[in-house]
Order: sequence, then structure tokens, then C-alpha cells
Amino acid sequence: MMDEAKRDRGLLRIDTDECKGCGLCVEACPPKVIRLSDRLNHSGYRTAIYAGKGCSGCGICFMACPEPGAITVMRLTNRKSDVSTGLEGATQCAGN
Amino acid sequence: MSSEMVSEYTVVHEKAKSFYESYDRKEELPHQTHFCPGCGHGIVHKMLAQAIDELGIQDKTILVGPIGCSVFTYYYFDVGNVSAAHGRAPAVATAMKRSRPESIVIGYQGDGDLSAIGSAEILHAANRGEHITVIFVNNGIYSMTGGQAAPTTLLGQKSTTTPGGRSAATEGYPLHVSELLATLQAPVYIERVGLGDNKQIAQAKRAIKRAVENQVRGLGFSLVEVLSPCPTIWKMPPVEAQHWVNDVMEKTFPLAVLCDRTKEAVPRPLAAAGPALEDIPHLLGVHEEGLPEGNSAAIKRPAEDLDLRVRVAGFGGQGVLLLGEVLAEAGLDAGLEVSWLPSYGPEIRSGTSNCHVRLAGRPIDSPLVVEPNVLLAMNEPSLRKFYASVHPDGWILYNGETIPEECNRKDVHVLACQFSQVADELGDPRVANMVMLGALLEIAAVLPEASIDAALLRLVKNQRWVQLDERALARGRELYKEAEVSHACRG
Ligand SMILES: Cc1ncc(C[n+]2csc(CCOP(=O)(O)OP(=O)(O)O)c2C)c(N)n1
Ligand code: SF4
Ligand code: SF4
Ligand code: SF4
Ligand SMILES: [Mg+2]
Repeated sequence: MMDEAKRDRGLLRIDTDECKGCGLCVEACPPKVIRLSDRLNHSGYRTAIYAGKGCSGCGICFMACPEPGAITVMRLTNRKSDVSTGLEGATQCAGN
Repeated sequence: MSSEMVSEYTVVHEKAKSFYESYDRKEELPHQTHFCPGCGHGIVHKMLAQAIDELGIQDKTILVGPIGCSVFTYYYFDVGNVSAAHGRAPAVATAMKRSRPESIVIGYQGDGDLSAIGSAEILHAANRGEHITVIFVNNGIYSMTGGQAAPTTLLGQKSTTTPGGRSAATEGYPLHVSELLATLQAPVYIERVGLGDNKQIAQAKRAIKRAVENQVRGLGFSLVEVLSPCPTIWKMPPVEAQHWVNDVMEKTFPLAVLCDRTKEAVPRPLAAAGPALEDIPHLLGVHEEGLPEGNSAAIKRPAEDLDLRVRVAGFGGQGVLLLGEVLAEAGLDAGLEVSWLPSYGPEIRSGTSNCHVRLAGRPIDSPLVVEPNVLLAMNEPSLRKFYASVHPDGWILYNGETIPEECNRKDVHVLACQFSQVADELGDPRVANMVMLGALLEIAAVLPEASIDAALLRLVKNQRWVQLDERALARGRELYKEAEVSHACRG
């Protein structure tokens, strides 16, 4: 993905510990770039997985998700602009 | 994912700051809520937390949580938290807002909580136009307790208490609380939103923020009802439950702004602060000047087993309640645990009246005196009514020359005297109560005289009566002592 000429506008991170696999984000995502995993997490839930491509960064999945921090949505920033807000927190978020 | 790549992106949607970083509720999963997968409460929590973040009011928000599946608001929201008894959030929020007008006070309630047991609280808080915000999560059922019908349950909807489906004939119609409240003059904003699809979710988020913002602007009472899925009790997968909000629930509860007076509403000034604590006695007309200091340390270490249980009974007008009050007040003055429970009832109009008084060395469990160790019977009907209840080895003080034969008990002490006549000789038959109290004080021998004097001064405003009462008390003490010596009145 790094190598693709055109980057997705959005990027999704899912905390697989917090996710309960309800599927509401899958239903909500307009370009349908979220699916549920085949593997179960340690609570026994199939957790949401970002397909890795096509996210617009709209944030609809974030608001549809009942868990406070299961989903973090990021948006591509203008490379020239200062990129810092909240970034450190986001990179620490468990990835999938 | 390399951090190099991430560094091209900025976080735009993340966990709200108004949520705690981790939740103390469960050690093993400190980031997970207790809600079932797909529960609407979780979504509403997020919307509310985000509204608090966006309005920058986290440090002055007080959230009043309900009883129901969302009882744990205090584990999640990093704001001031209070838990109200079932249905009472609007009353608690009223008190919070009035005593802390600078705070933003938000009530959060389920449909059982708000529309059943709490229907009176929400109605009157709305009617008073309290400056609070109410988030009303309607999932059409009592979820926490396992799915009993709520006033909001749909017609035909099955629940554990409507196994054949709700029927209008037996359970009435779904209660439209928001519509009802919108008929009132005071509320400034009432809207019903849903969590049925993306569009509804976006609108719900806006409405919740508006309802909180109205309070920030000082406009008045705002309420948002949220039609919210409960996959577990509805027995549906989360996505299906979400659709059910849209396809079914909304037919009974149409989404709409039911009242919006935010344009014409003028920000109301914050309520004036309540009176200072030290001004309250004056406001209540309780003037402490000239009263004795009090003897709160008089009985330094009351005997742990001190347990004086007194029942006072007589005709209305004989001063039954005052007798009990003086006794309790004196006990309080002396540093004892006390209770005074008047038995009001239609009978206090010219019939019999009675009260229960307890004086104890330990905290009192119940103010009821079922088995008195002292009965003060100021007339014969009262004696007949209560003599059998007196604890063995207890005392009966009877306002009459002799105890009627049928009421005679060998296992109790009796002091039978014409207390009213004694009182009459002192100047007024109405001080018979104090004569009897004097005798009781002598028998019980726990209260210092100074505490009795202090109690009299507090409760009896007229100086002439205070003097008469004091003479009556003294006479009562003598009566007991004389009886002790002569055994004349003892049974
Ligand atoms: C005074 C009192 N009565 C009854 C209960 C039992 N009780 C606990 S939660 C609840 C109903 C909750 O329903 P709702 O308000 O709709 O919340 P939900 O769980 O559906 O979100 C009841 C009846 C209680 N805790 N306290
Ligand atoms: S941000 Fe929008 S596009 Fe991206 S995953 Fe979420 S819903 Fe889909
Ligand atoms: S909505 Fe949230 S909890 Fe549900 S599957 Fe998606 S990420 Fe997980
Ligand atoms: S029972 Fe229903 S309301 Fe309660 S937590 Fe589960 S889904 Fe939510
Ligand atoms: Mg409910």
C-alpha cells in the first residue's frame, strides 16, 4: 500500500481487545472496507478487520460502533502541514 | 504497519477524552464496556462523551446515572458522577443543578427508569423547566432485569410479562413520553432520534450535542429520546436489531423534533444561591438566643445496651406528641441516639393519637416501637389498646386511679394515678403529659435535668407554659418517688 501511487484518504485502526464483533461497523461502512475476522479474539469474538484499502476516512464506522475506543479513524494529511495531533496515541493503538 | 506510513495520517475520530483511559470495573478487560455486542447504550455513551469533549465542559459536567443496563456510567465517564435510585435522576439532577448552577448536569435514563417508576420525576422536572439535559434511551423494554414489559413496549411485542404480546386491552398503549412532555410550556427542546441507520445516527449525535449545548447557553430543560437497539433481549443479531429500530419501532415512535423553543428562549439567569447554613435557623424561625448551651456530652458514654422504647398514647389534645418530642429532644441534647415517630391519622382529630419514641446507646434500626418497655397510657382506650404489647418487666404509666381488672398484668410494673387531676391542681389539666413525663424520667433515670430543660425551651415557645411544664415535671418525679416508697400505686 505504501508503494501505491494514490493513497487512501482514510486509514482505520481497530483495537481487537475492545471490539466485540457486533458487525455494526461492517454494516455502516459505505465503501464496505471492513469485514469480520475468521479468527476469534480471546473473548471469543470475530473482530472487525480493515480490508486495508479504500477507506475514505468518513468516520461513519466510528459513530456506529458501541465501544468507546475500538475504532480509530485517521485521515491523510497534507504532507507539508504539521502532523502531530493525537498521532502518538493512535500509533500505540493495538493494530490488526 | 510501519510508523513511517502512519505518520502521513492524522487521527480524526478516536476515543473521547471524556471517557476514562481504562475502566476500573474489570481488571482483565480494562478497555471494554459491560454492554452486549451491538448495544445502543454504547453508541449513546459515545455521542454524549463526544458532545462533552466538543463543548469543552468535561471539568464541570455532572452525570446522573440511572438504574438499568446503563447503571455503570460512572465507570466510563471521567466527569462528576452520581447514581440515582431507579427513576429518580431528574430529581437528583434538579438538586445538583440548583445547588451548583455553574455545573452542566445531565441525566441519563432508560425507558423503564424514566417512563415507569420515574414518570412523576421527569414530568415535574420538565414542567418546572429545570435547567438540565436528559438523555432518554428507549429500547422498549426492561433490559437489565431480563425483558419485562415497559410502558414503551410496542403493541404485540413479546416480553416476559406479556408472553402473548402486549395488548392494549390489558397493558394499555405504548407511552409517548416525549410527546406528553412536549405539551408542557417549560421545556425548550425535545427531540426523538434513532440509531436505526447511518443517517439517524448522525442526527442523534447532533441532537445530543444540542441538548447539552442548550444548557451551556442557559436556555432550560432539554430532552433527547433515543430509540436504541437491545440485541440481547430482543433476541436479534446486532445488525437486525438496528434495522428493527428503523423498520418497526419508529412506526410507533416517529422521529421528530417535538418541541423547539431555543430561538425564543432567553438565557435565564442562574438560580440565586441558597441561604447560608447559618441563616437557616433564622429563616425557619428557630431562634437559638437565650437557649441553654446543650449537653451533648452529658452522657459521655451511654450504656451500649440502653434501649428505652416508649409508646405514648392518649386523646388528641392531651399533648401526646409533645410529650414524645420533649423526650426525644432531651435525648438528642444528651448525646443519645433517638427517634420520634408520631402516628398521625384521621384519629388525631378528637380520637386517640400516639407516638413512638426510642432512646438508645446504639444506632436505632427502626423508629417503630412494637413492644414498648414503657407505655404511657393517657386514657383508658389507649391502655386497652396497648397494654398487652408491653415487654415483660416493663412499665405501664396509666392516667387513672386503678388499672381495669382485664388489663392487669402480673409481669409488668404499673404506676396508676390521676395525672390529669394532679395537673389540674398545678393550674391546667393539659400539663398531665408533663406530669407523666416527669414520672417516666425518674423511672428511666438516664437523662440529665439540664437536657430536659433545654428540650422544653426549644419546643415550648410560651414562657408561662415552660414554667408550668417544669412544675409538672417535678411533680411527676415526686409522684413516682412517693409511689416507690408507699408501693401504693404499684401493681
Ligand atoms: C426501586 C427499584 N425497583 C426496581 C428495580 C429493578 N430494576 C432494575 S433495572 C430495571 C428496569 C430497567 O429498565 P430500563 O430503564 O428500560 O433500562 P434498560 O436496562 O432497558 O436500559 C428494574 C425494574 C430496582 N433496581 N429498583
Ligand atoms: S472511515 Fe468510513 S470508509 Fe473508512 S472504514 Fe470507516 S466507514 Fe468505512
Ligand atoms: S462496531 Fe465496533 S465492536 Fe462492533 S465489530 Fe465494529 S469495531 Fe467491533
Ligand atoms: S441487555 Fe440490551 S440494553 Fe442491556 S447491555 Fe445488553 S444489549 Fe444493552
Ligand atoms: Mg429499557
